[in-house]
Amino acid sequence: MKKLLSATLLGAALLAGTAQAQDETVRLAVDIPYEPMEYRLPSGELTGFDIELGNALCAEIGIDCEWVVQGWDGIIPGLLSRKYDAIMSSMTINDQRRQQVLFSDPYFTPPSAWFVPASSDIRTPAKETLEGKSIGVQRGTLQDNYATDMYGDVANVKRYSTAGDMVLDMESDRLDIVFLDFPVGKSTLLDSEEGNYKVVGGMITEPKKYFGDGFGIAFRQRDEDLAQQFNDALATLKENGTYDEIFEKYFGNKKQ
Amino acid sequence: MQQLNAWFTDLLAGNEIFTANTLGYYADGLATTVQLVFLSLIIGLLLAVPMAIGRGSSRPWIKWPIFFYTYVFRGTPLLIQLYIIYYGVVFVEGIQDTWLWLILEEPFYPALIAFTLNTAAYTTEIFRGAIKATNKGEIEAARAYGMSRAKMMRRIILPSAFRRALPAYGNEVIFMLHASAIASVVTIMDLTGAARFVYARFYAPFDAFLFVAAIYLCLTFGILYLFRYLEKRLLAHLRPQN
Repeated sequence: MKKLLSATLLGAALLAGTAQAQDETVRLAVDIPYEPMEYRLPSGELTGFDIELGNALCAEIGIDCEWVVQGWDGIIPGLLSRKYDAIMSSMTINDQRRQQVLFSDPYFTPPSAWFVPASSDIRTPAKETLEGKSIGVQRGTLQDNYATDMYGDVANVKRYSTAGDMVLDMESDRLDIVFLDFPVGKSTLLDSEEGNYKVVGGMITEPKKYFGDGFGIAFRQRDEDLAQQFNDALATLKENGTYDEIFEKYFGNKKQ
Repeated sequence: MQQLNAWFTDLLAGNEIFTANTLGYYADGLATTVQLVFLSLIIGLLLAVPMAIGRGSSRPWIKWPIFFYTYVFRGTPLLIQLYIIYYGVVFVEGIQDTWLWLILEEPFYPALIAFTLNTAAYTTEIFRGAIKATNKGEIEAARAYGMSRAKMMRRIILPSAFRRALPAYGNEVIFMLHASAIASVVTIMDLTGAARFVYARFYAPFDAFLFVAAIYLCLTFGILYLFRYLEKRLLAHLRPQN
């Protein structure tokens, strides 16, 4: 009798568990501001390429999604400790991160680029030209890893918590050059201060060891079903033109 | 030396996070933290002594500005003060063309200024309290000897006030060491900056932060030991005999 009772209770608990899992909204973590990928409008509303694509993906899958704002430093530990269920925050897929999280298919591949003031005499980001210069990067990004390994011994690599702080220091002449995701640099430096900044050295996407395979949505390793749902939805959106629509809105018509 | 080197290489073999390279970041960070804290404490102390005397003055034009200064710097978070001194100054038009920019361009000096002003404010209040608590008998005796105010300050009040302030000041030194952890927000690679770098690079919060916590503990232990020694020597007359 006792056994039967506990079995029933267990069954009920399991049922409740699955029912709850279906109702639950999926929480997506995002680190802002990182224009134009993710940022807030003056009204306080979240927007950007990631946000719109993420919402479109959730609509396609037919689930409710909720955005959680989380600082970059702690964004992977936060996922692992279940503060949210996925990260969609311009996160580059690479092997180090693959050990901790499960990535979706890449949804965007941004190049990185070097930005300098228009008046600067730096013409190329070669090692000799950057000797003794201050290089700005955002802490813990792949640009940080690249600049530290390639230029750390000759230049002064300064690491910032947010891209905003870095742009402020660039504007006040504390930095000679910054190394950023191109879309971010474009909207924070090229577009907002017209003509005051320029790109040197073109678009940088190699070596793959640093620049990885593009941006992916990160999930916990065991949430394979959820990742699969997002992959399927992404394929659908690319097919039916929704993806291109959002892409057009944020990056103009030149596809990188 | 070669043996030591080999032992060190063996120790690090197979450890992905603590390579000679990352330990170098920690070592540089340690040097920066110690410099920053030591310099700000020394300068802060030099500023605090005259201000503590002035704070107890009966002239309002000396007393009130010092009160205002300590009130502002004790009443706002150190992080905000650092932000204002580092990021705020660039909004002053044309500051890049003045000599001030030589000091303010690199993050080290803005941080040093913020830390110094902050610790000077707390130290001023610690000393003021100690000066105020001088036994009135000592002051009356000094007057009876015909000492001038300056001489009385130098010979009677300050020496005993410093002794009384010692335990509280030791606390302030430890607080300052820990408060210096915020220097990394303005790109300084201090100990915490090194730990945040290693953490961000290897996604290993426990290893990076536990290691740096151990270094802070060692530093704190050194400070505690120094102040215990000083208290034992300088406050010997207050202990019971035998």
